[in-house]
Amino acid sequence: MPKVKIPRKSTFIDMTAMVDMGFLLVTFFMLATKFRPDEPVQVILPSSTLTTPIPDKDLITITVSKDGRIFMGMDNPKHMEDMLDGFIKDFAKDVKLTDEERKKFSLQSTFGVPAKDLADWIKLEPDEMRKNQPGIKWDSIPEKNELFFWMWNARKASPRSQIALKADGETNYPIIKQVIQVLTNKTIQGHRFQMITSQEENRMAGAKAKQK
Amino acid sequence: MADIESSGGGGKHKGKKKGKKLSTRIDMTPMVDLAFLLVTFFMLATTMAKPSALEVTMPTDEKPKEDITIPESKSMTLILGKDDQIFWYMGMLKKDPDISKTTFGPEKIRKVLKTKQIEVRNIILSKIKSQEIVILIKPMKDSKYRNLVDILDEFEICGIKQFAVVDFQPDDQVNLKKKGFIE
Repeated sequence: MPKVKIPRKSTFIDMTAMVDMGFLLVTFFMLATKFRPDEPVQVILPSSTLTTPIPDKDLITITVSKDGRIFMGMDNPKHMEDMLDGFIKDFAKDVKLTDEERKKFSLQSTFGVPAKDLADWIKLEPDEMRKNQPGIKWDSIPEKNELFFWMWNARKASPRSQIALKADGETNYPIIKQVIQVLTNKTIQGHRFQMITSQEENRMAGAKAKQK
Repeated sequence: MADIESSGGGGKHKGKKKGKKLSTRIDMTPMVDLAFLLVTFFMLATTMAKPSALEVTMPTDEKPKEDITIPESKSMTLILGKDDQIFWYMGMLKKDPDISKTTFGPEKIRKVLKTKQIEVRNIILSKIKSQEIVILIKPMKDSKYRNLVDILDEFEICGIKQFAVVDFQPDDQVNLKKKGFIE
């Protein structure tokens, strides 16, 4: 019986071009990526029409969540460590930390724990650490105001750092007032600060139309 | 295409040494897999929209060396209230101000700011002092941070450089209540 011979076609395709593309994209994203720091809360920033970019180094970030918790962070681990040492010396003398724990603290992007829980908090697992943050304590009495002491030592650790206020748009104003009160304190000299906002497109168009 | 050719290099020639001809083609499938895995990872990890910054300079809580007095005619008070409400009047805190109510938007507060800015520029008080409007912002307890950012943004759009964020005072409360704007 004659058999019809079906020509067998190779299933292989030339993938060189695809690989080229793939690695081009990899390279692009690798260079363009700035990793999102691990944040304890999600903050929805208020929008503004401004386009001034935030400085990307030497920044003291104060994060305020919608429920009024205050967090702080510095981008340089060295400064974080200096700030911690200063804070313990000035405010929480009874907090004893090992070198390893101090190292661990310095690598955190943000923190928001009262001084009395600091030692216990550092001992937690990274995931637990992120979750268990009730916020930095604020008090109207300057001697008890932990945020003041953190800020004061952050300024001392890195006097050139700029201050960025990263607050949720739905935060009630009194909380923001508390933070601003600390910043404008004459010993801290942080009265010049940046409010971090997200960019808004449609209002920008509105503003331009208005200017015509 | 990614197969290895097996036909070539088979022939034997006497006397001549010939190296085996190997195909230069390699199987690139795993490489492609890896590349796209990395692409996906970096795409998801990337934060594309860069936030912008609004720089503000506030006075420190030091006592000013001299009292700064602003003429009533070139100052304006804005009270930020609940649910994006704005109450405004010309001048500073006084007994019975003429309070108006407005809200955010190009046709609302921006229009007010623009007209007042021009009005103030046209007043001739003294030839030396600047004729720019000075605005006091008083956020109420139940206003949101977003309101403050929005109003500062409006100032930026209108080109208002002189402003101060001050405390909402009990007298303001009384005035607003008298007008029936708040309970």
